Amino acid sequence: MAETTDLSKGLPSHPEKATLEGKNKFLGFWVFLAGETTMFATFFGTYLGLRNGTGSGPEAADIFSLPLVFIMTMILLTSSLTSVFAMFAMKKNQFKKMKIWMWVTVALGTAFLGFEIYEFVEYVHYGLGFTTSAFASSFYALVGLHGAHVLFGLCWISLLLIRYNKSGITLTNAPKFYVASLYWHFIDVVWIFIFTVVYLMGIGG
Amino acid sequence: MVREATNTLQKSVLWDWLTTVDHKKLAVLYLISGTLFFLKAGLMAVFMRIQLMFPMNDFLSGQTFNEFITMHGTIMLFLAATPLLFAFMNYIVPLQIGARDVAFPFVNALGFWLFFFGGLLVSLSWFFGGAPDAGWTSYVPLASRDYGGLGIDFYVLGLQVSGIGTLVSGINFIVTIINMRAPGMTMMRMPLFCWTTLVTSILIVFAFTPLAAGLALLMLDRMFDGMFFIPGEGGNVVIWQHIFWIFGHPEVYILVLPAFGMISEIIPTFSKKRLFGYTAMVFATLIIGFLGFMVWMHHMFTVGIGPIANSVFAIATMIIGIPTGIKIFNWLFTMWGGKLTFNTAMLCASSFVPTFVLGGVTGVMLAMAPVDHLYHDTYFVVAHFHYIILGGIVLGLIGATFYWYPKMFGHKLNETLGKIMFWMFYVGFHLTFFVQHILGLIGMPRRVYTYLEDQGMDTMNMISTIGAFVMSAAIILLVINIVYSAMKSPREGGDPWDGRTLEWATPTPVPEYNFAQTPQVRSLDPLFYEKIHGDGTMKPAEPIGDIHMPNGSIYPFTISLGLFIAGFGFIMLNMENAIISPWIVIAVGGIITFGSMALHSVKEDHGYHISKETVEQMEKEVGTNG
Repeated sequence: MAETTDLSKGLPSHPEKATLEGKNKFLGFWVFLAGETTMFATFFGTYLGLRNGTGSGPEAADIFSLPLVFIMTMILLTSSLTSVFAMFAMKKNQFKKMKIWMWVTVALGTAFLGFEIYEFVEYVHYGLGFTTSAFASSFYALVGLHGAHVLFGLCWISLLLIRYNKSGITLTNAPKFYVASLYWHFIDVVWIFIFTVVYLMGIGG
Repeated sequence: MVREATNTLQKSVLWDWLTTVDHKKLAVLYLISGTLFFLKAGLMAVFMRIQLMFPMNDFLSGQTFNEFITMHGTIMLFLAATPLLFAFMNYIVPLQIGARDVAFPFVNALGFWLFFFGGLLVSLSWFFGGAPDAGWTSYVPLASRDYGGLGIDFYVLGLQVSGIGTLVSGINFIVTIINMRAPGMTMMRMPLFCWTTLVTSILIVFAFTPLAAGLALLMLDRMFDGMFFIPGEGGNVVIWQHIFWIFGHPEVYILVLPAFGMISEIIPTFSKKRLFGYTAMVFATLIIGFLGFMVWMHHMFTVGIGPIANSVFAIATMIIGIPTGIKIFNWLFTMWGGKLTFNTAMLCASSFVPTFVLGGVTGVMLAMAPVDHLYHDTYFVVAHFHYIILGGIVLGLIGATFYWYPKMFGHKLNETLGKIMFWMFYVGFHLTFFVQHILGLIGMPRRVYTYLEDQGMDTMNMISTIGAFVMSAAIILLVINIVYSAMKSPREGGDPWDGRTLEWATPTPVPEYNFAQTPQVRSLDPLFYEKIHGDGTMKPAEPIGDIHMPNGSIYPFTISLGLFIAGFGFIMLNMENAIISPWIVIAVGGIITFGSMALHSVKEDHGYHISKETVEQMEKEVGTNG
């Protein structure tokens, strides 16, 4: 369908939804995120059910350190903002600007992932291994699943950026960048819930 | 019959089927593999009935019996009923909404191959020390690392892979139905089969993801020494039951709603009337879908969650009877005063109604939490859900097979053989399962491989087994009918039943592009409307022109193959003496899967065009055939 769209006046204002393929991707991805939400909800439910099952291992309040998690939260929130800037640039057909903002997003995401790995290593040093207690298992499963999503998002966005490095914004790649940024926002929203449910409730309640 | 794709005509037939993204061919693949799994699980059921024929029988050992109950349930629900329904959803839904294909043909193929390899992985368990044996519900601690054998690992990984396939197919159907409808095909003009497919797909998105999470937890517990379900370390076994039934109860509706849709297509066609209460049917479907998520705890009344929770879930369960009742009456009123034709499809559809009511009545009985303590884990439950699944889903599927067979394969199934088959199936079914209600009420527990004599169970178990034999004979007759009809039945045109909906407006065999010109829909039952108010053919909504088609791709196959290999690698972690390091196998599988995904993402595939001249040529050929 891409070739039947009139491009003589430049890209349409919503290049990600200009074609039927784009519209399908847009809707399909939202539905996919609905499923992902349910999956994360199940992991959250499991964590809430098991977070007091610490057995003989350390408890949440003993090990969590808010300053570190605060920095991680700020980094991830900022990366979401930069991906919004990238989408603004895409809609204005400013390819170079979009690329820069997307790479900034990737860089911030990598920094987040690095902090998360550091955090996990620290916890293991404190004696909280994956097999220590039901609390430990459900904590690592939930936060680790989020981390795996971050890693997948980083690979995906990088691949897109490398693949379309010179092509400019087209009606084919605009939906791809758009759903990748949707995915990135989703990861961010999940983290906000993790911050609240795991860390704040772990220390305060 | 399905025509060869025009751009792969020169390639081999095998390559064409491995790489196809055509919804019609994928439907045939679903149909074949679903049938094979159905026959396999059916054979297990016959073996179990032979074991229960006499008291203290030693035809099967207790261990084998446990493996059979587990595999029978798992295969029937995940690997037989689901793909068989997907076969019809895939073939019929795009035709009924006037689309050239589904929204994501690539994802459609991916869904099939994931299901196929997932099923293969579950089935491999027989060759590695025995099948899963903890029941299809796989409750912990029975399925935990301390008590469950290697079979459970195959269950966990196999269902994980096939579950992803079901999930992506569900997403695909949702987008197809919302975005790909022909001009004039508003939501409230869609055939009811499309509506039930839509609601089922929504349920899949919200039910299969908790299952994926639950299976991941069980996998972490079994392979990486997680503590989720180990009470000594703070774990909790009831969490598995919650997660399983949050998936498991909607799963029942995922299977039965498309069957409702099939019945709602067959009954109006053979009553020569439009569906009674179309709007009420749509809303009843939506309400059933919603309530399906609100009732999972009725599977856990005896766990001891507490009287308040039990009451709430008991009432929610009973409320489902209301929209279901609306549907039952609407089917009856559709037939009321209609010009009825009782062929095999209609016999299945109309006998579905009373059978399903029987299953519904026992369902409401089971919903009463206080009495449920008496029925729980007895044959009463077995009888109840077989009335729903066989009397509901399988009758719907057999009816749909007879109804849509001429569209899919170009000829009808033999009616005489079909009617004999129907009556044998119907009698055999009630013979098998009706007495199981009574067996349950006098206290025969389910999932136990034998019983003592002179407890009042001998005769009824014998009757039940005889019924199972009659039912199997009916299924064999169906297979004979398929072979016989393929050779003897005359070729049919596009509209052998004087149909009402858009799929009957396409020629048979259906061209790969379905509609040469997208039809303009003017009413509910669009083809019937044109037969009354027009000249009996659909008016085109666009001029004839080049048709854009998606290219076939081998990546769905390789992505799924990679997950199959990786899944097997994870299972090898629990094997005593694996030949090579499991991590190498996992890595190879991961590289194949993610490599294929990356290649697919990098390669921009714009598909191809069938030129206007070829389309006109193909339409002319079809015109002379049909």
